[in-house]
Amino acid sequence: MKTLRRLLQYMQPHRRAAALTFLCLMIVTVLNLIIPWIVAQVIDIGLGKGEKAYLIQAALLIVAISAFRSLVSIGQRYGMERVGQLISFDLRNALYDHIQRLSFTYHAHAQTGQLMSRMAEDVNSVQRFLGVGLLDALSALIMLVIIIGILVAMNPRLALLTLLPMPFLAVLVVYLAQVMRPRWRRVQQAFAQVSTVLQENLTGVQVVRAFAREPYEMEKFDTANRAYMNERLRTVRYWGISSPVLGFLVACGTALAFGFGGPMVIRGEITLGMLVAINSYVVMLSGPVQRLGNTINMAAEAAASGDRIFEVLNAPRTILDAPDASDLPAVEGCVRFEGVDFRYGDGKQAALHDIDLEACPGQMIALVGHTGSGKSTLVNLILRFYDVTHGRITVDGHDIRDVTLKSLREQIGLVLQDPLLFSATIRENIAYGRPSATDAEVIAAAKAARAHDFISSFPEGYDTVVGERGITLSGGQRQRVAIARALLVNPRILILDDSTSSVDTETEYEIQQALNTLMRGRTSFVIAQRLTTVKNADQVLVLDHGRIAQRGTHAELIAQPGPYREVYDLQLRDQEEAAEAVARTGQRAF
Amino acid sequence: MAEHTFKAKLHRWWRRVAGHDEALLVSDLPEHLQDKQYDSRIVLRLLSYVRPYMREMIIAIILIGVVTLAALAVPYIIAQILDKAIAKGDVALLLRLVAAFVGVNLISWFARSGQIVAMVGAGQDSIYQIRRALFERLQQHSLSFFDHADVGVLISRLTSDVNALQDLVTWAVIGTAADMFTLVGIVIAMLSLDVYLSLLTFAVLPIMFVLTLLWRVRARNRWRKVRYYHGRMLGYIEENIQGVRVVQAYTREDLNLKKFVEEVNFRFNQAQGNAARLSALFFPGVDFLGSLAIALVIGFGGTAVLGQQITPGVLVAFTLYIGRFFDPIRDLAERYNTLQAAMAAGERLFNLLDRPLAVESKPGAPEMPPIRGEVVFEHVNFAYNPELPILHDINLHVRPGELVALVGPTGSGKSSLVKLLNRSYDIQSGRLLIDGHDVRDVDLASQRRQMGIVLQETFLFRGSVAENIRYGRLDATQAEIERAARAVGAHEFIVNLIDGYETHVEEGGANLSVGQRQLLAFARALLADPRILILDEATSSIDTQTEKLIQDAMDVLLEGRTAFVIAHRLSTIVRADQILVLSGGRIIERGTHEELLAQRGEYYNLYTMGFMAVPLDEGVAG
Repeated sequence: MKTLRRLLQYMQPHRRAAALTFLCLMIVTVLNLIIPWIVAQVIDIGLGKGEKAYLIQAALLIVAISAFRSLVSIGQRYGMERVGQLISFDLRNALYDHIQRLSFTYHAHAQTGQLMSRMAEDVNSVQRFLGVGLLDALSALIMLVIIIGILVAMNPRLALLTLLPMPFLAVLVVYLAQVMRPRWRRVQQAFAQVSTVLQENLTGVQVVRAFAREPYEMEKFDTANRAYMNERLRTVRYWGISSPVLGFLVACGTALAFGFGGPMVIRGEITLGMLVAINSYVVMLSGPVQRLGNTINMAAEAAASGDRIFEVLNAPRTILDAPDASDLPAVEGCVRFEGVDFRYGDGKQAALHDIDLEACPGQMIALVGHTGSGKSTLVNLILRFYDVTHGRITVDGHDIRDVTLKSLREQIGLVLQDPLLFSATIRENIAYGRPSATDAEVIAAAKAARAHDFISSFPEGYDTVVGERGITLSGGQRQRVAIARALLVNPRILILDDSTSSVDTETEYEIQQALNTLMRGRTSFVIAQRLTTVKNADQVLVLDHGRIAQRGTHAELIAQPGPYREVYDLQLRDQEEAAEAVARTGQRAF
Repeated sequence: MAEHTFKAKLHRWWRRVAGHDEALLVSDLPEHLQDKQYDSRIVLRLLSYVRPYMREMIIAIILIGVVTLAALAVPYIIAQILDKAIAKGDVALLLRLVAAFVGVNLISWFARSGQIVAMVGAGQDSIYQIRRALFERLQQHSLSFFDHADVGVLISRLTSDVNALQDLVTWAVIGTAADMFTLVGIVIAMLSLDVYLSLLTFAVLPIMFVLTLLWRVRARNRWRKVRYYHGRMLGYIEENIQGVRVVQAYTREDLNLKKFVEEVNFRFNQAQGNAARLSALFFPGVDFLGSLAIALVIGFGGTAVLGQQITPGVLVAFTLYIGRFFDPIRDLAERYNTLQAAMAAGERLFNLLDRPLAVESKPGAPEMPPIRGEVVFEHVNFAYNPELPILHDINLHVRPGELVALVGPTGSGKSSLVKLLNRSYDIQSGRLLIDGHDVRDVDLASQRRQMGIVLQETFLFRGSVAENIRYGRLDATQAEIERAARAVGAHEFIVNLIDGYETHVEEGGANLSVGQRQLLAFARALLADPRILILDEATSSIDTQTEKLIQDAMDVLLEGRTAFVIAHRLSTIVRADQILVLSGGRIIERGTHEELLAQRGEYYNLYTMGFMAVPLDEGVAG
């Protein structure tokens, strides 16, 4: 109930539209109720007393009323849909904004699919209920009251009898929906299983072929396909057997009306017109009663959806500007960690211990260590994706928690290992951090990132759309676009991951060149996989279990035993040997 | 230009008037939102799947006929009640008629239930068969087919396209029959009651038809746009959730929100509004026509009642018939949309089913006997597309147990060469022999079963760790699985997982590290114990300990097999029995590491350039 009340608040901004719609609905309902009454009058007065003029008048009245009713009902139908749509529009905006501003602590645990279903299915179910469902239920209730009133006024005993099937109808509708819902969910799950098997088979087709496992896969698919078919068959069958009973219950109302009302007409207790009208009212009522039942189910669904929506909206934003935060002035790029400890929200162990470091403007810091040693965590802290648990991080002497997030992040550039581009043109992607950039600036950035040549080779050039609806760039191309994106922002501080997976030699070389351009003159933190990077670094930090185990330059570190030597032996030595081989032969490759 | 022709102007005018002012054209819509005109060949072929269930179909159609008759009988019975029983004061007759009324409705209830059950049975089974046939066909295609196929598209063929057919077979066919019966039945019932009143009622039909036609096309287009913008919106949201790190790092929150509110969400909302506006116009219009017909009947029919030409019961029956007259017309219009969508889906499905197989076993080809591992290429030429040859005159002799390292720049033909080995493609000319058997003369499956491939990107299936290893040999025991895991050094990390060998592997192996996934793939390949192994070395960086494990595991895996390795690691290349240097689809150099270095040719150049993903300092290279 609390959830529903909170959902209703979203109707507040649209209360005028909702009120107007409700007014239309009332008018339509009342006009609907008048027509059977006119027909009754036609039968009793027009036909019963033989007044021809009355017939013509009645016919004209019906035309006039229906014309008016149709006009009003345009507003009513549109309004009912629209109010729900507007509410869901607002809800989606609120959700979207909240989600994109939630901190990493939240996103690390939230599944994209879950959040997506909040934005799609849950918002839809709220839309259905708050728009059509609620107003419909209101109108059904009002109609019910009026019709009962009319019937009782005509003849209380007959009214009671003819309305007898209605409670059954309502209960049955509620019951059926409750029985059917889990069944349909099972059908959906069975279908999801079919898609999963199919998707795995297709994405893993090389493995399937490699092991000649087609018969096994066929069997797997057949099991899922058959299970889905059976589940759907059972469910539709159940529905097919049970749902036509609703129609029968409505017919029972008519049977009761004529069975008891007929003799009453014969005895002269009611008129023939009244009997026909009563029948019309009973039939007319069956629709709203069924909808009322449905609305109860819709409300239950909407409440559940609302809970899920508010669960997201209630998630606190943990990384916020301090109340008195000022903008970080343009920095030189001096980054200091002072006794920094960090622990993830639910982590038992600290992810970083007692980190002290100073990166002077223009320096390159290479971070080296095993997976899970804390390299990524460390760079995430600089961007303030998380707040330190203890100690502080300063940029040019400003504690990063004392300045606004926007002003801090605007001065930091980020290039990830698997660079994420958005479904937009290449131009928009490069200008992502500074949408106001001119074409010349975009092209200059692309040239510096060695991306201009391949971009120009596309027929649409910088207007080529990438991503789902456009072309797919190779890993190396994406990397260079991402570098251009970072360059255009011209950040003082740069965070990057220099490992590129599976690109060919030439691309590799180009990327390296682009990275060198990017790092020039900036304070950079590099999660390093390359010999070149560690050799060029002003400081190499070797991380181990969240601590800085060793620090120094490559030359210093290689001279002493310790974790760096171990890393070097396994990851970097190959590269050194190749370099030495060249040196030995004393010849230039190119 | 075309824009200045009269037709184009007219078209633009119509689009504006008809509310199609948004930039989106139907032809811009994704494939699954487009439709196709009626095509009898597709329908006939679809029917061939339904033919085994003809009995159910016929039963369903008979039952729907019963339902329709019952529905038509109701107004007639009511007319009888009014005219014969009540007007004449015959209570006994009245009760009999009411009983008949209840009886007719009972029959209708049972017939409808029976019809749904019969129809769904037939529909589901034929849909099951179609889906099965499609999947089977996909299994028969060689990898060459998947090189050019989009997985997402294939999935939507087997899911949404098949579902479109399901709607057609299950509901549309029977619904159409029901609508036809109802229409014809009402017309007959009305005419038999009173010709004059019938003609009056039919007078509104032309308006109804025009209205429905106008509505049908436009409603479909608008709903398609709703779905289209909905998809776009979800895509936008998904992308931004997944890329939230980039969004926040580049402080795009405000701008993205603006874009979402003013464009993405707004367009969807607008499309929804357009669709709602159209329905809001149409349905009251239909209601008004219904009332108009009733008014006509009351005005003219009432006069007829006074003139004793018809009875009051007939008049009431007429009003009831009118109430049921318009629904079938509207339903038919909507069904036509379903039909078009199904037609398009059917065409796409049959195209997929009919796609010829690129690589097939010859009829009656014998099984490949157990392979020793000798591989011979004799003057092999190969091209994906005859105009762009990929491999030229490849000659190669590999003795059982040898390690062959393939080296060369991207596009030199390394991957194509290994793809020929397990017959993902067939060669254009020359011969490819394994143990002296031409691979085209033996049974495909029997050959592939004896070969193993380990790819750069490790693919794992959802299921337990043990199941993933067992994929290499389905009848392997737990002990054999563990032995394989131990041999490649995967056992240690596996037993440290939450449930050991029974730990659930998530989609794409997301809960395992890259290195762990690779080790599992090695264990899987080892268990399969192929005689010939194809290995594409991964270049992605993994942590040091795992790197060491993987190098050791490769030694175990390669031992005693003929192996073709697309090599990136220096250590692998150095110890190969033969290194093949490919360039432009030719083997330009071959020999051992020392031999090739001594030649100072292309290998030497590649080597010094750092072909193992090793960029060199400018100082060193220059």
